[in-house]
Amino acid sequence: MFQGNLQLKLGNFALDSGEFAFESSGVTVLFGRSGSGKSTLLRAMSGLDKQSHGELRFNDEVWQSGKKALPVEQRDIGFVFQTAALLPNKNVQGNLDFAIKRIPKHRQHGPSTHEIIERVGISHLLNRPVDNLSGGERQRVAIARALLTRPRLLMMDEPLSALDWRAKSELLLLIESVIADYQIPTLYITHAPIEVERLANRVVFMADGKITSIESLGDATSRIDSPLFTKEGPVSVLHGQLGDIDPDGLIAFESRQQPESDSAFTFWLNRTEHSNPHAPGAKARLRVLARDVAIALHRPEDISMLNQIPATISQIEAEPQTQRQVVFLALADGQTLLAELSRRSVQGLGLAIGQTVFALVKTAALLDR
Amino acid sequence: MQILGYPLDVGPILLTLEVATITSIVLLLIGTPIAWWLANMRSRARIFFEALVALPLVLPPTVLGFYLIIALNPDGTLAQFLKYFGITGQLTFNKTGLIIGSVVYSLPFTVQPIMAAFEALPTQIVDAARTMRASFFDRFFTVIVPLARQGFLVGVVLTFAHTVGEFGVVLMVGGNIEGMTRTVSIAIFDHVESLEYTEAHILSILMLIFSMLVLIFVYGLNRRLQIKTG
Repeated sequence: MFQGNLQLKLGNFALDSGEFAFESSGVTVLFGRSGSGKSTLLRAMSGLDKQSHGELRFNDEVWQSGKKALPVEQRDIGFVFQTAALLPNKNVQGNLDFAIKRIPKHRQHGPSTHEIIERVGISHLLNRPVDNLSGGERQRVAIARALLTRPRLLMMDEPLSALDWRAKSELLLLIESVIADYQIPTLYITHAPIEVERLANRVVFMADGKITSIESLGDATSRIDSPLFTKEGPVSVLHGQLGDIDPDGLIAFESRQQPESDSAFTFWLNRTEHSNPHAPGAKARLRVLARDVAIALHRPEDISMLNQIPATISQIEAEPQTQRQVVFLALADGQTLLAELSRRSVQGLGLAIGQTVFALVKTAALLDR
Repeated sequence: MQILGYPLDVGPILLTLEVATITSIVLLLIGTPIAWWLANMRSRARIFFEALVALPLVLPPTVLGFYLIIALNPDGTLAQFLKYFGITGQLTFNKTGLIIGSVVYSLPFTVQPIMAAFEALPTQIVDAARTMRASFFDRFFTVIVPLARQGFLVGVVLTFAHTVGEFGVVLMVGGNIEGMTRTVSIAIFDHVESLEYTEAHILSILMLIFSMLVLIFVYGLNRRLQIKTG
């Protein structure tokens, strides 16, 4: 749990977070445009900036009270910077050793050094000087180094923004799985909605040096004015689990809000919509653009679309600029799917709140591990 | 002593090297914290202190020497203050005086390069060391000094060279006492005064070679030791 309010002035920029309180478990994404103050907030929360003041509590510990701050060295934070920030006078092994040598006794547990190095995929780089590593390799070393400090908390400041798309997607996969497996609470900065949709449990929205709202990912994607939406329009993110590949070559995605709960429906995906090696049983997220969802009043029999999901209309809102209607569909497991329709369609079908309908989904992208 | 059949007075050379070495060490110890303090100072007072450190660059050495004689004289405040701690002894017209004078006069040559190196430190790397639980002194010696090594090398070399070449302050504070405070530059002045051009030539050419070597070293260093960061 994080609680507090923080102020920090850097040059012309002033951060004044306002009162905040949010769970620390899982991944919290700080989201906002550049200049909104997300990096400044993260610096203030980390204690790296001596000028910050205000209040900050992490669980039962006071990290900041007025101008008095617990030194960063005692906060057990693993930090991954935008530039990997490797020590240039040491090789890869030297960089890792720097972290390992300084772990206090009471933090010497958890996954072994060897396991972390293997996991992050840098065992072949250990003897390399850091100045001839590629961008992706540097960031891997930085992630390994942060994990090797045996942190109670990970902070990542746009760790992917300096990388090319291939390294980006590899590293995103790595970060996602490492955070989930090692169960380290993470604060993650990005301005890419796709990273939010894949990683976030909750989103801290920022603008003009202030926290504007703190929402669960579900809430953040179930309002039509969400800052997460780009020119593609509203997006829903459904949580679930991968099933088997059926004889027709289709991959099953079983919608489940919680891993233990029963599957509400099965979503069929083409292999082409799914590029990574298939892992049945793996947790996954499905990203559906609202404009790829159509609505039928009855289950259509004579149509090629396989994904016909029963749902109840919970809300209908109009997008202010375009007059397009966004229909909120409550699925059997409590998750929400958005459909974007024209006003004519909504009126023609006579859609109303509480009505049961079928959502027809043309395509969806798997945000998987 | 003879060099290539010409007379060479080694006394001033040894004295000069000794004073320059001690001055460089003392300034490294004093100048580093000053440079750190200035590099991290955010208040407007910084302008004033930076000017103060740079003062010996523009002040006539005689002015500096004059004030030092006043400040260091046996009845002066500083001498009385030291006497209070049981430290007695002459502060001017001996080696101590030469070193004190050199330290003040060469201060900017140590502080400025080191300060520039501190200001150019890549903050994310130093911050990374902090998140890896390196305390201030820990990260200072394991991260900051290696990153700023170019500044330290340039600072020490320039300080040493500048101390070797100084004249005015040394003459004022040290006097010109043979075997005690007569450095190379003063010896050259002496030889010229007494029309001993051969002796003056020998010492001058040695200084010329020395100065050229130092500058080649510093410029070579600047090229080779570009810090790679990221």
